[in-house]
Amino acid sequence: MAALKPGEVDLGTTIMAVSFDGGVVIGADSRTSTGTYVANRVTDKLTKVDERIYCCRSGSAADTQAVADIVKYHLDLYSAEHGEMPTVKVASSLFQELCYHNKNNLMASIIVAGWDKQNGGSVYEVPLGGSLHKRDFSIAGSGSSYIYGYCDKVFRPNMSKEECIEFVKNSVGLAITRDGSSGGVIRIAVITEDGVERQVVYGNQLPLQYTG
Amino acid sequence: MAPLLEPNAGFKFDNAKRNQLLSDKGYMVPTATKTGTTIVGLIYKDGVVLGADTRATNGSIVADKNCRKIHYLAPNMYCCGAGTAADTDFTTSMISSQLALHSLNTGRDARVVTAMTMLKQYLFRYQGHIGAALVLGGYDVMGPHLFTIYPHGSTDKLPYVTMGSGSLAAMSVFESSWRPELSREEAVEMVKDAIEAGIFNDLGSGSNVDVCIITKDNVEYIRGYSQPNERVPKEQSYRFAPGTTEFIATAPAATANDAAAMDVS
Repeated sequence: MAALKPGEVDLGTTIMAVSFDGGVVIGADSRTSTGTYVANRVTDKLTKVDERIYCCRSGSAADTQAVADIVKYHLDLYSAEHGEMPTVKVASSLFQELCYHNKNNLMASIIVAGWDKQNGGSVYEVPLGGSLHKRDFSIAGSGSSYIYGYCDKVFRPNMSKEECIEFVKNSVGLAITRDGSSGGVIRIAVITEDGVERQVVYGNQLPLQYTG
Repeated sequence: MAPLLEPNAGFKFDNAKRNQLLSDKGYMVPTATKTGTTIVGLIYKDGVVLGADTRATNGSIVADKNCRKIHYLAPNMYCCGAGTAADTDFTTSMISSQLALHSLNTGRDARVVTAMTMLKQYLFRYQGHIGAALVLGGYDVMGPHLFTIYPHGSTDKLPYVTMGSGSLAAMSVFESSWRPELSREEAVEMVKDAIEAGIFNDLGSGSNVDVCIITKDNVEYIRGYSQPNERVPKEQSYRFAPGTTEFIATAPAATANDAAAMDVS
């Protein structure tokens, strides 16, 4: 299985996505590291691949950027050929195709989330081996290990948009405080039929947790 | 005598064989010249400033005391290189020629994102084996742009960046004094300070500071903007007076009859 090559840039990361009626909320920390050095403290790991479809990237920065660029190209071509926007399912299948067939050379685990008029908001997960899973919510990256219990406890189906935003803020906030490879700010995007709304929670405004 | 042959096209693996032999016999395999480097870039009010030191190293030997690390890419774009010197030189000059053809085809100045995409796709294809770590800066129709590109092909877009072995020293300068909307003078001074932090605190970096200021339709490339390591004249003369060394015999002088006088000039 692929591993990080020496000197490769890692997105030691916390990313997540939650779907609600009418859209999705996605979130990520902003730390990019090379070994012990923080190469970028304000990274945007929420990457646009289509008007209403985003991906959250974790793993190798180079690999996930390359994969996202290729998917973006195919989705642009899809819209031009079909005269309509691709669904989130189509986008996630493209990610899976690339991640599965190149599994020996890639270090990429990706969450695909977005809105389309067939299915509304949806979340798909493409983990390391290149499998594809539809989810109500999904967490990934090195920081996610710290918040599985919290997320399973707090998540409820049919949460409102505002509840989803709070859920993402609190979960990523918790992961950032415990995971050394996650940090910086929390970046959030709310994707609905009306558009994409971006938010930033700065490092000194993180939701307050027990600090000992 | 073997006749002179036209060399075959393609790769030659003679050096790989030689390196294998050397390492089998317990000798060190020759290493590529790496530029232990400090390179930086920052965005200011009306453009981008790039900066670099001028030391090239080969292990612990300084291979070049005044080398160029800010490479030309296009009339509106320059690119600082750290890592393997040969790789940064060839990568930038190859992309530069592709950009020239691109702007000839489109009839426009190429955009900085175009150069960034070409560089990242090229480096990604070689999976990190091309050791080029780059700081790309330029000005196009969308305004000033600044990127870092890592050898594996990942990129970052930031208002101020540093790279190379001296990047930590240089980043400490930017993190403590960078702010948006810097003036040109402030920006150039800050870039100089950042490179000097690398020159003085990082063994891999040294000698002079080169800067390159890119604005809407002007580029100013200043070699040796700061020269903090100038060689001063020697304080004493080390010439010895004639006759200091005693001699006890002289060789017979060559005569015109000698068939071929030895050239001892």
